[in-house]
Amino acid sequence: MADGAAALTGVAPRPGVAKPDPILVVEGVTRSFGGLQAVDVSHLEVQRNTVTALIGPNGAGKTTLFNLLTGFDQADSGSWSLNGGPIVGIPAYQVARRGMVRTFQLTRALPRLTVLDNVVLADPHNPGESLWRALIGGWRRGEEEATVKAKALLERFGLEHMADEYAGSLSGGQRKLLELARAMMVEPELIMLDEPMAGINPALTQQLLTHITGLRDEGKTVIFVEHDMDVVQEISDWVVVLAEGQVIAEGTPSSIAGNPDVIEAYLGAHRGKAVEDE
Amino acid sequence: MDWSGAITNGIISALGPVAIAYAVSAIGLNLQFGFTGLLNFGHVAFMMVGAYGTAATVEAGGSLWLGIGVGILAAVVLGLLLGLPTLRLRADYLAITTIAAAETLRLLVRSPVTRSVTGGVFGIQGFAEEFHALNPFGASTGYAIGPLVVSGRRLFVMIVGWTVVLILALIVRRLVKSPWGRLLKAIREDEDATRSLGKNVFVAKLQALALGGALASVGGVLLAIEQQNVSPDSFLPQVTFIIYVVVILGGAGTIWGPMLGAVIFQFFFYFVDSVMRQAQANVSWVGAILDSAGAAQIRFVLVGLGLMALLVFRPQGMLGSRREALVDG
Ligand SMILES: Nc1ncnc2c1ncn2[C@@H]1O[C@H](COP(=O)(O)OP(=O)(O)OP(=O)(O)O)[C@@H](O)[C@H]1O
Ligand SMILES: [Mg+2]
Repeated sequence: MADGAAALTGVAPRPGVAKPDPILVVEGVTRSFGGLQAVDVSHLEVQRNTVTALIGPNGAGKTTLFNLLTGFDQADSGSWSLNGGPIVGIPAYQVARRGMVRTFQLTRALPRLTVLDNVVLADPHNPGESLWRALIGGWRRGEEEATVKAKALLERFGLEHMADEYAGSLSGGQRKLLELARAMMVEPELIMLDEPMAGINPALTQQLLTHITGLRDEGKTVIFVEHDMDVVQEISDWVVVLAEGQVIAEGTPSSIAGNPDVIEAYLGAHRGKAVEDE
Repeated sequence: MDWSGAITNGIISALGPVAIAYAVSAIGLNLQFGFTGLLNFGHVAFMMVGAYGTAATVEAGGSLWLGIGVGILAAVVLGLLLGLPTLRLRADYLAITTIAAAETLRLLVRSPVTRSVTGGVFGIQGFAEEFHALNPFGASTGYAIGPLVVSGRRLFVMIVGWTVVLILALIVRRLVKSPWGRLLKAIREDEDATRSLGKNVFVAKLQALALGGALASVGGVLLAIEQQNVSPDSFLPQVTFIIYVVVILGGAGTIWGPMLGAVIFQFFFYFVDSVMRQAQANVSWVGAILDSAGAAQIRFVLVGLGLMALLVFRPQGMLGSRREALVDG
């Protein structure tokens, strides 16, 4: 067990509870679409160097919360900070540069770039990305370093044989792996994965799970959205439950499993669905 | 029917000043549209700004060379002005803004208000003496290049023009093969994904727009110098669409596609023109259904049909990669 996770043993399983060493602190974040309150998180802390699962019924606001925190959507109110530094209102690309990188629920490969280029692109230090340097030259070394780093990541995520193929030719599961490799290339501290296991065959799921816990074991913090409870139980150190935009429960996987509020939230959602279907 | 005459006409046009202007402008549009995915529907405005910047500077007493600098700089400024408010928004905002700005700008240049600077509807003439004075060939002597005969004046423009095209194409080649070029392609593929990887998408799009605009302005400058004339009605919106045709014909997102597209477009257009004129005059049933104006119009129909055929059989354009065209999102 990683250090971050060990530190969670004494933490009470109660919504909004403080963590010993939070990397991300969210305070009073709200977002509504028309009359719908999609996100309304009064307080949430994410412990550094853990795998934290964000679960909740469809439409609970998980993706919206990701969008807000990473600068892809604007919150109506609230503040949040990464490593103690506020990052509210900062453009998405700067959020990534500060060490918080997200993936998307619907995978977004860059189809007509090669797999290798997809990953090399994500390098934060490539000097040749400035127009001026592209013109006058002197970027080859930076590019070479980025390529070496990218190839190592492709190898780690089992995609090295696809390096020169267009990313658009990858299977759904391979695209998920590519997104992970790409995110890692940015050298993040906190990785936010929106349903990394969706639509993946079971054999690959196991491989992805190993990769995710591997990220934690090398010191990163992972937040991931997941609907499969077995997966959540298996790899997460902490679970946060979102329902109708609010954090209704959090705790260790085992404390969440029997939580009546959580069961009610899911069943409530199911009941709502059943009514709609009729 | 004089086929070889029609082919000769086609080749002369394909290598002429209009093809040169289209080629440079298409290199600029290709950077914006082919590589970065920007929908700029006002490309002609950049050509116009280049041409008028040059002519108006000379008219105001400046040298031609200063004028060219002014024209290109004005295009960069136009690119920034159009890009700053729109490039943070959805892609269609740029499209609407550019098409409106181009036509507004043309009407402004044409209006009596700006007449003292732009010459209004009459435009400005005779501002490029300094260029033509450098011509080492006899201006009105005919020079034979194989079966083609061109005047020394035209020959000089062709040599300078294609040299400029080649140099600019090589510079753009250098840029798009760099990490900066990869960033543009990534933006074309998926802006949000590129942003999520820590890339300042806005700045890169702004650079592509302004640089593409500067290239287009060089096209406008070359054409203005050759014709010794700028007038508002040579910068109608359809010029933008011809440049799009040129880019797509040659292969969007390729390096040599815009040049090839310009040559093929001009060749095809004037070849068909020659054939139609002859047919109208000499083939009785064609003459019976088409007057000479109709014969001139039918070129557009045939060019349109040719383009449709191309998109059916080679959607990636002449030089585009089939493999890339088959990749799905
Ligand atoms: N751009 C938008 N405009 C309007 N409503 C939106 C928008 N984005 C999200 N919503 C609504 O906000 C609520 C939360 O959506 P969100 O996508 O965050 O849910 P989620 O928890 O990620 O669900 P899922 O598990 O299905 O992915 C939903 O009711 C959704 O319809
Ligand atoms: Mg979601």
